[in-house]
Amino acid sequence: MERAVLKLAEPPMSGGEEPVVPAPQAATAAAEASPPMRWFLTRAVRWFALHRQQLRTLLIGAISLALFLLSWHLLTKYRVSFHVRFVNVPSPAQVFESFTRAVDDVKFMQHVLLSCRRILFGFIMAAVVAIPLGLVMGRFRLIRDIVFPVSEVLRPIPAIAWVPMSIMLWPSNEESIVFITFLGSFFPILLNTLHGMAAVDPVLVRASQCLGAREISIFKDVYFPASLPSIFTGLTVGMGVAWVSLIAAEMISGQFGIGYFTWEAYSLVQYADIALGMICIGVLGLGSSAAIRGIGRLVMPWGRA
Amino acid sequence: MSLQTAEAQKGRIDVADFSLSYETLDGAVPAVSEAAIYVNPGEFVSIVGPSGCGKSTLLNAVAGFLKPTRGSVTVDGEDVDRPSADRGMVFQQYSLFPWMTVRQNVEFGLKMKGMDRSRRESAARTLLGLAGLLSFENQYPDRLSGGMKQRVGIVRALATGPKVLLLDEPFGALDAQTRVIMQQILTNMWQRLKISVLFVTHDIDEAIFLSDRVYCMTARPGTIKAEIAIPLERPRQQAMMMSSEFLALRRGLMSLIREESLKAMGGEVNDIALQGLDIDMHGQSLASLI
Repeated sequence: MERAVLKLAEPPMSGGEEPVVPAPQAATAAAEASPPMRWFLTRAVRWFALHRQQLRTLLIGAISLALFLLSWHLLTKYRVSFHVRFVNVPSPAQVFESFTRAVDDVKFMQHVLLSCRRILFGFIMAAVVAIPLGLVMGRFRLIRDIVFPVSEVLRPIPAIAWVPMSIMLWPSNEESIVFITFLGSFFPILLNTLHGMAAVDPVLVRASQCLGAREISIFKDVYFPASLPSIFTGLTVGMGVAWVSLIAAEMISGQFGIGYFTWEAYSLVQYADIALGMICIGVLGLGSSAAIRGIGRLVMPWGRA
Repeated sequence: MSLQTAEAQKGRIDVADFSLSYETLDGAVPAVSEAAIYVNPGEFVSIVGPSGCGKSTLLNAVAGFLKPTRGSVTVDGEDVDRPSADRGMVFQQYSLFPWMTVRQNVEFGLKMKGMDRSRRESAARTLLGLAGLLSFENQYPDRLSGGMKQRVGIVRALATGPKVLLLDEPFGALDAQTRVIMQQILTNMWQRLKISVLFVTHDIDEAIFLSDRVYCMTARPGTIKAEIAIPLERPRQQAMMMSSEFLALRRGLMSLIREESLKAMGGEVNDIALQGLDIDMHGQSLASLI
């Protein structure tokens, strides 16, 4: 009996002698007995083994982007014209050159900053109005019944269709563009907040009541945090629509902004700037979505990130 | 000392002439009719019955979520008209707030009472320590196992110092081994806190093992069919579940419930049908029919 116990306890210690030692134990034993370099190597090998799938995804992604750039380069270099005409399309190198000029150009940066400011104002106002409205509509049937029909009638109208009306409504061009941006993000945020409120598990509400929660704390401590994941979905979608609306509004009625810059480049026959404007809009959109996701993770540490 | 006795006298539940029906297009559909139960201060009482017999309805009325169509529900002589922290409740579904850590969940009721942060923190830590959950205080619920979630649920319900604890099939979703351990934990806490417990379950063994008295309900519309005192001595051990006394109680309750379950399932389900005795095979064997 004692022998058997001893024998069981032995293998991890003696390492090489026992051929039936499970692999991870052997690796640990080897790592403990070797210099730091060896330790580092085992860690690195394990890290690679654990992250194989992600590394593969990254690698394929990089190759895919490189191929995209290459085909763009080839299409423009040989001025391919096969129904779709690449004759005037700028090459990646031209766009990069245009970019290096633009980063030193105060005017270009002003366009970018102005667009960001409009997004920030419009989007934040939409969030500040739509989230509380959605929460209150979700909690009080009467308010929902009053507001919902109006919102359903206005919702299908694309924000861009509001441009002429907006110019009439607001005294300045700037305000009307911010208003368009506001409208674009307003409805996705409102609807998702409402959806979040409707999906709150009633057992959580009852649990809070059994713990002595009254109306205000049920709202603040149960309904609001329970709706947060949906609210953030709404904010992400809303941010996307806000950019769409902003760029359209700037192209139609702006005098500044990255959308206007892109349109102006076309009018002034500066083709490289068109692509630069487009890429810039893409990067800004990507960045703002990432920012919202980041804030979401900070605000909701309980979610599986 | 006199304060202690006064505390122990609290937590009497009285449900008298209780009927509750739901309004539908076809008229009122009774869920529970003319039920009467009571729980003495410090007593552990279970309600068992077939599914859909209205035992949860009865419990929800004691909690204050439902109002009786007729009759009265009182706790210590006061009418129950809405949920309150005086009546702690543990639900069948996991009901921890996912956005709060384990300790914040336990603190919630104390926060609602207006207790300041440091006091409720130390109170929550004491309770979690008693339940063996202190090392999980800063975890979010989705990291916990089902048994641990329900343990936190019980601790949370007890944290506000309620007069009665209501449990609605709290261990129904747990595996058999975990359930037995949870029953033991609940018994221990109940004995320490001398609190009245009303426990709803469809598990007969669970009801007998835990309770001082068991009410057996009939199929819909639910009424109280029988009231059985459980004279098993305390503290109860798992081994008692094999004793002849336990098994006799179990047999008695089993036959009561079985009758009602068959009724609740409706239609042709009876002992004859269950054995397949009355199926006319027209002189053929099943194999040849297929």
